[in-house]
Amino acid sequence: MGYFELIIACIFVNNILLAQFLGNCPFLGTSKKMETAVGMAMAVIFVLVMAGTITWVIYTFVLVKFGLVYLRTIAFIVVIASLVQFVEMFLKKSIPALYAGLGIFLPLITTNCAVMGVCVLNIDKEFTFLQALVASFFYAVGFGLALILFAGLRERILLARVPKPLQDTSIALITAGMISLAFFAFQGMV
Amino acid sequence: MPKTIVQEFTKGLWEELPPFRLVLGLCPVLGVTTSMENGLGMGIATTFVLFGSNFLVSMLRSIIPQKVRIACFIIIIAAFVTIVELLMQAYAYPLYLKLGVFIPLIVVNCIVLGRAEAFAYKNKVSYSIADGLGIGIGFTLSLGALGAVRELIGNGSVTVWGDVSYNLLTAFPSYQPFSFMVQAPGAFICLGLMLCVINAVGD
Repeated sequence: MGYFELIIACIFVNNILLAQFLGNCPFLGTSKKMETAVGMAMAVIFVLVMAGTITWVIYTFVLVKFGLVYLRTIAFIVVIASLVQFVEMFLKKSIPALYAGLGIFLPLITTNCAVMGVCVLNIDKEFTFLQALVASFFYAVGFGLALILFAGLRERILLARVPKPLQDTSIALITAGMISLAFFAFQGMV
Repeated sequence: MPKTIVQEFTKGLWEELPPFRLVLGLCPVLGVTTSMENGLGMGIATTFVLFGSNFLVSMLRSIIPQKVRIACFIIIIAAFVTIVELLMQAYAYPLYLKLGVFIPLIVVNCIVLGRAEAFAYKNKVSYSIADGLGIGIGFTLSLGALGAVRELIGNGSVTVWGDVSYNLLTAFPSYQPFSFMVQAPGAFICLGLMLCVINAVGD
């Protein structure tokens, strides 16, 4: 698979949120306002690129080398959790503007399945280092795209009169289904 | 009024029914419910992890320091997830392949971490086990129900463990399977509609 196909596949065809269902908690949780959605999207792109490449290196050069593949789940979650903590501390010290922008979204990323999911997918699909790097970045871009589109729709829904049982999460899920339907049209492109 | 063990168990079945009442842990709910069998399998795996992590977190709650508790919870949960992964590879390999990436992702399922933080860290071992099992069984039933609805509408039949099955086509021969339901967009819409029904009934 060439890199162009890989990029299209990561953003549209296998969109992490709408086709693979990873990272749905922040998808529903941070999409009520455009501002928070943009913050979350940026934080995910930032962390996912680092987590995707670092877990790939650890898996290939530590776990496989020493025959510890069965420790993958524990190793990955520890790497992601400490990476998020480290990034938070680093940004707070050296780039306070960015830290203020990402704010509370950084710690939330530890339990974002999209991050862990992409790290596992990179390994399962047997990507090379460069492919893993590209896939991590563009999966995160796909996440951001879907999240920002969804936040825009949700701000509109707030103004609409929705029947009581459908309010809040229920109508949000159905809207997500509609966006997913739109992304579904990309299927078969790659 | 403090709740009894039985109440802690049964609250997971309706009052705090995981994916519907507490809208948490949606990724596996949407991702694996293309059939009833997958949904139940995922539910049982999650129940085991919930039971184990609640038990261990509750037992160690006086030792785990307040400041690093989240990290400790995650390690405990990850250990149980690894146990489930290895057990499934040994005894339920076809199911393991079908659930794929969602098995390691139990680690980041908000329900499991949520119960450890909100319940097991503050309560006695017996109560925590009841809570874990109740929430786990509620989660399993919800996944099974969602899987059954999607499979029935999408395929026209429901199959469990390969033999017990119900075929809608025998009752309504002219029924056309609505395959949209077993694909990605159907997951969101079906869950949204079920949430709406549960909200309407709950009120």
